[in-house]
Amino acid sequence: MKPVLALIFILLAFVPLKLKMEAACDRIAPGSLSIGLREQIGQSAFIAVLGGFRSVIADLLFIDAYSAWERTDWTYLLLRLRQATELQPRAILFWEMAGWHMAWNAGTAALEDDSKSPAARRRLQHDYLELGKDFLVRGIAHNPEKPQLYEALARLYRDKFHDHARAAENFEKASRLPGHASYDERFSAYELSYCEGREREAYDRLRTLYQRGEKERLPRLLNQLRAMEERLKIPANERIP
Amino acid sequence: MSSSLGRIAAIGRTTFTELARLRVFYVLVLFALVLIISSSFLARISFQQELQVTKDIALGAINFFLSMLAIVATAQLLPRDLEDRVIYSVLAKPVRRFEYMLGKFFGVLGLLVISLVAMSILCLAVIHLREGAAVRETMQQLSQSPSDELDHALVAVHQAGANRDLILALLLTLTKAAVLVSLTLCVSSFATSNIFTISAMAMVYLVGHLESIARDYWLHQRAAGWLARTFLAVVAFFFPDLQAFNLSDQIIAASSLSNLMLLKLLGLGAIYIVGYIVIAIAIFSQREL
Repeated sequence: MKPVLALIFILLAFVPLKLKMEAACDRIAPGSLSIGLREQIGQSAFIAVLGGFRSVIADLLFIDAYSAWERTDWTYLLLRLRQATELQPRAILFWEMAGWHMAWNAGTAALEDDSKSPAARRRLQHDYLELGKDFLVRGIAHNPEKPQLYEALARLYRDKFHDHARAAENFEKASRLPGHASYDERFSAYELSYCEGREREAYDRLRTLYQRGEKERLPRLLNQLRAMEERLKIPANERIP
Repeated sequence: MSSSLGRIAAIGRTTFTELARLRVFYVLVLFALVLIISSSFLARISFQQELQVTKDIALGAINFFLSMLAIVATAQLLPRDLEDRVIYSVLAKPVRRFEYMLGKFFGVLGLLVISLVAMSILCLAVIHLREGAAVRETMQQLSQSPSDELDHALVAVHQAGANRDLILALLLTLTKAAVLVSLTLCVSSFATSNIFTISAMAMVYLVGHLESIARDYWLHQRAAGWLARTFLAVVAFFFPDLQAFNLSDQIIAASSLSNLMLLKLLGLGAIYIVGYIVIAIAIFSQREL
């Protein structure tokens, strides 16, 4: 009886201490392990994930996605990219590359597919663009503090959807985050200058950048600023030299 | 007190020597070393993420082989001593059972430290070489770009290379292995064969990586039915959260681990180790040999 009581006392001391310390050590989970994930990656890979090899499996799936890209097997590429991002949602590169593969590579391939009618090609390209956008939006939801994904989404809006307002918005969001690229604020102002009805706002931003000094006075900034001065009919004495 | 420490140290040294003589462990470490070196070649297949793949595979290999070493080395200690009847001659001397258990623990820990040092040196060397190559490639590619863009890219490469978090990840891998040693000692204190201990520990290893999910479900009453809730409670009460010591996700997210969090994790490891060893000693003290 005595040893059993001793064991119970040990457990009574150990368990609350264990639970309290575990709660204090809780960090951001990389994504929960669900039945959906098990169905996506297969049983062997799921067991490997349970064994603590989440990152390694995600890398191997991403390498396989790269092979699928080389073979231009877009469906398989999409599957592998979904698996890799599901397993490792904190890897920025996975989301960025997934968005790029879908919107740029698969989208362009769909548009150049001679076996389909022009309408079907455009529809397929649009689907791939939406897939690319979806990857980037989900990537941002998992990593809201990383500017790279906002930059990628802004490029997608600018180059593929020709939605300058959203491109400007995302470049601006990126420019507010630590580690952002030096061009984010500039690009946001450029994109804003293409938006109907927001010329004044664009002009003010371009002007602010211009006043920061020689480093910001790049040829494109000067051209955009002069174009805005023309459109807003800024008095000659307020214009840049 | 000092004579007790002396006895623990003597048993630890003997355990370490015995384990070091077993060739199977050299094979395990060799496999890990081969995998670490090959990670560098495998990483070249991947596009743009060589350093990340190198680190993931190298850390994964170290984590796996160190955990295997911890379980396999510890699982055969008690059954072999019982089979060879060494334990009777040891415990016939003025050696207490807790000293015997602690000596075994520190003996295996010594083997793990040496194995980890060997694997870490190679891992850091491989990552350092890849980082150097990545810096050269970046400088070449961005030679025409503005200096702030080049600086930005170089900072990103250095962040992805060998850094403080990588060393911390290795330290926490050792902590995880030490937890596994204490838990294996706990299981083998009542087990009758090393096969049973290894099988049980393989299950514990898998469940341990899911403990945080089970705990979360149990604490937030998400599971339906008393049976499921009881099962989750058992997992949350008795199994260690092994995923807490896995830092690779943190490293990939490039979010540095704070000193406070490191201390908390080491504290968590210490609680597990002390807890499981105390339970192991309590069970072993009552075991009829």
